[in-house]
Amino acid sequence: MPMDVMTGNSAQAYGAKLARAEVVAAYPITPQTTVVEKLADLVASGEMKAQFIKVESEHSAMAACIAASATGARAYTATAAHGLALMHEMLIWAAGSRLPIVMGNINRAMAPPWSVWADYQDSIAERDTGWMQFYCQSSQEVLDTVIQAYKVAENHDVLIPAMVMEDAFYLSHTFEPVDVPPQKDVDDFLPPYDPPVKLDVDNPVGLCALVPPDHYMEFRFKIAKAMEDSRKVIQEVDEEWEKKFGRSHGGLVERYRMEDADAAIIAAGTMSSTARVAIDNMRDKGKKVGLARLRVFRPFPYEEIRQIAKEVDSIGVLDRSYTFGHGGAFYTETAGALYQAPERPHVKNYVIGIGGRDIPPKDIEGILEKVLTKEDGGEVEWFGLRTSGSREVN
Amino acid sequence: MGKLTIPQEELMNSGHIGCLGCGGTLAMRYLLKALGKRTMITIPACCIAIMSGIYPRNFLKVPLLDVAFETTAASASGIRAALDAKGIDDVYVVGFGGDGGTADIGIQALSGTAERGDNIIYVMYDNEAYMNTGIQRSGATPFGAWTTTTPVGTTGDFKKRPKKNMVEIMVAHDIPYAATASVAYPEDFVKKVMKAKDMDGTKFFHVFSPCPTGWRYSPEMTIQIGVLAFQTTVFPMYEVENGVYRVTKKPAKRKPVADYLKLQGRFKHLDDETIKIIQKNVDRNWEMLLAKAEFTKKFAE
Ligand SMILES: Cc1ncc(C[n+]2csc(CCOP(=O)(O)OP(=O)(O)O)c2C)c(N)n1
Ligand code: SF4
Ligand SMILES: [Mg+2]
Repeated sequence: MPMDVMTGNSAQAYGAKLARAEVVAAYPITPQTTVVEKLADLVASGEMKAQFIKVESEHSAMAACIAASATGARAYTATAAHGLALMHEMLIWAAGSRLPIVMGNINRAMAPPWSVWADYQDSIAERDTGWMQFYCQSSQEVLDTVIQAYKVAENHDVLIPAMVMEDAFYLSHTFEPVDVPPQKDVDDFLPPYDPPVKLDVDNPVGLCALVPPDHYMEFRFKIAKAMEDSRKVIQEVDEEWEKKFGRSHGGLVERYRMEDADAAIIAAGTMSSTARVAIDNMRDKGKKVGLARLRVFRPFPYEEIRQIAKEVDSIGVLDRSYTFGHGGAFYTETAGALYQAPERPHVKNYVIGIGGRDIPPKDIEGILEKVLTKEDGGEVEWFGLRTSGSREVN
Repeated sequence: MGKLTIPQEELMNSGHIGCLGCGGTLAMRYLLKALGKRTMITIPACCIAIMSGIYPRNFLKVPLLDVAFETTAASASGIRAALDAKGIDDVYVVGFGGDGGTADIGIQALSGTAERGDNIIYVMYDNEAYMNTGIQRSGATPFGAWTTTTPVGTTGDFKKRPKKNMVEIMVAHDIPYAATASVAYPEDFVKKVMKAKDMDGTKFFHVFSPCPTGWRYSPEMTIQIGVLAFQTTVFPMYEVENGVYRVTKKPAKRKPVADYLKLQGRFKHLDDETIKIIQKNVDRNWEMLLAKAEFTKKFAE
C-alpha cells in the first residue's frame, strides 16, 4: 500500500476523495484553508470527480451540503471555529433532516481575543446539534475516520451527520506518514450512498415541512434513537476497517496501558499522544497509570467510561475547552455518566491547553501524580495558568 | 397571431392554507405551469413555506425542500450540484423566496449563487413585508407604507426609505436574465419564465404579489391592485437580458399613484404632500427605466 507523508488537512481531503464525495461546498478559514485548497486541486486535476461549490460563507456551505445530500449526493465540507459557529443553525438543520453529511472541523479557539490555535470550544459548543463527533489524534486517523464516518452516517439505522475533528496546527499542519488505501479497497468498504428518501422528480416528496406538537417530539426521539444506535455501528465499522486495512482507532474509546492501572486520565485529540509519552515515563517509575482516549464524544461513550471507572480509583479528565458556568464538557459528561455507575472513583477536571497553549509531557505527568494521589481541593482546576500556576475554580 | 396559452396542468394542489386572495400562491401556481413537472423547488421560511398546512400534507406535485430562511439560493445551488454530480440535466431547480428572505436575510447567499452563475431559477414573490411573522417592514417595503414595525403612530413613523431594487442588484451580477412580473398578468409571467428557463446561469424573477392581509384591502381586489400597480408604473413590467433592458408591457396611459395607494389601508395615513413625493419618485423611476431601455438597446445581440 502506498505510504505518503501528509498533514491532517491533506488527510481530510484525501479521505473525502477516497470516499467519493460527490458535492463539496466549503469556505476558507485558518487553519482549515489547506483542506479547501487541496480539494480544489484534486477536483481541478480531475483526480476527484466532484462538484465543488465555492460558496460565499460557511452558512451557505452547510445549506448547499444539506440540499445536495437531500438530492441523494454524498456531501462533504470542512471548517473551523467561526465558520462552525456561523453554521450553527444549519448544523441542527442537517441533523433534523437526517442527512449523512461528513464535515471536517479543525478545532480552533474562538475570538475574541483572536486566536487561531487549538481549542475545542468550537465543536463543544455544537455538542447538542445532533452531529456525531469524532476527535482524531493522527493524520492517519483523520483519513480513515472521514471514510468510516460516511459508512456510519449512511447506515439506515443512523442517518445523522458526522464531524471529524483535528487539532489546529498540531495536526492540521504537521506532516506524518499516512497509509493511503487503494481506491478499490475503499470502494469495497464504502458502497455508494443509498438514501431512503430523496428529492426526485419521478417520485416527488416534500421534505422538512411544518410539524405540529403531536408529531415533532417523535421526530426528535428518532434522532436520539439514531444517536444511541450509532454506538454499535461506530464500533462495527471500526472493526470492519481493522479487518480490511489492518488498523483500528479504538471504536469509541481507545485505551492505552489501562491493564492493572490505578489511575487514568481521559483526554482527546493530539494531547493523547503526549499523554502516552507521559504514561510511559510514569510506568517506567512503577506508577500504574493509563489513558482512555475519547475518540467519540457524540454519542457519549458512557458505557466505556463506566467500565474504566470499575478498573481505577481515580480519574483525571482533561478538557481543552471550558463551558462557562461549570467545568469542561468532557468532565461534566464523564461525571454525569459515573453517577449511575456502581463504582464511582475520584474524579477531577483539568482545564488545559486552552487556545493552543503547549502541553508538554511533564504537565501531564504532573496531573497524573495528582490523579494518583487523589489530590483534592476542588473539582475543576485550570492547569498551567501564567498568573499563579494552577487555579481551582470550584 | 398565435396566442400564448398557459399550460393547463396544475402542479399545485388546491386546498392550500394561504389567506383568501393571496397573490403569492398565484406566483407559485403560474411558475410551475411554465416549468412543468421536471422541477425541484426549495422554499425558505415565508408564507409559501406553510401553504401545505402541516406534515404530512404537501401542496406541490414537484419535489420540495423546505430550507432555512436565508439559504434559498445556496440550497438551490446544492440541489443543482447534486444533479450535476448525478448527470441529471433535464430538471429545473428553483429557489422561491419572499421579499424578506431574498432582499434582506438571504441576499448574501443569492449574491453568491448569482456571482458563481449557478444554473438555477430564483423567484422572489414580493408582498412587500415580512408577512409570515405578521407584517413587519422589509427592505422591499415601499416608501410611505405602514407595517407593524413602521406603525406610523403619532410621529408619522411610516417607512421613510424606498424599496430596494432587487432587479438592479441582480443585473449588477451580470446574470443572463432578470425580470419583473405580476400575478395580475400571468401570460406575461409565464412567457418570461418560458423564455428564460433554458438559459444557462442564474435567472431572477421579481414577482409582484399583492397581499390583502398585509396591505389592508379586501381579498377580491388582489388582481385589481396588481393592475393598478402596473397602470401607475409603481411596479413596471420589464426584463433585462444580458444587461439589455426591455419594457415588456407599457400602460396605454399612466394613472396617478393615488389611485393605487388609496385602495390600501397600509397607505391611508399619507397626506397629499407625501403622495406627491411618491408620485415624483414613481415618475422618475419610470423615466429612468425607459431611458435604460433606450440606452441599452444597442447592446442587444
Ligand atoms: C433566521 C431567521 N430569522 C427569522 C425568522 C422568522 N421569519 C420567518 S418568515 C419571516 C418573514 C418572511 O418574510 P418574507 O421573506 O417577505 O416572506 P413572506 O412571509 O412575506 O411571504 C421571518 C422574519 C426565521 N425563520 N429565521
Ligand atoms: S399574509 Fe399575505 S402573502 Fe401571506 S398568505 Fe396571507 S395573503 Fe398570502
Ligand atoms: Mg414578504
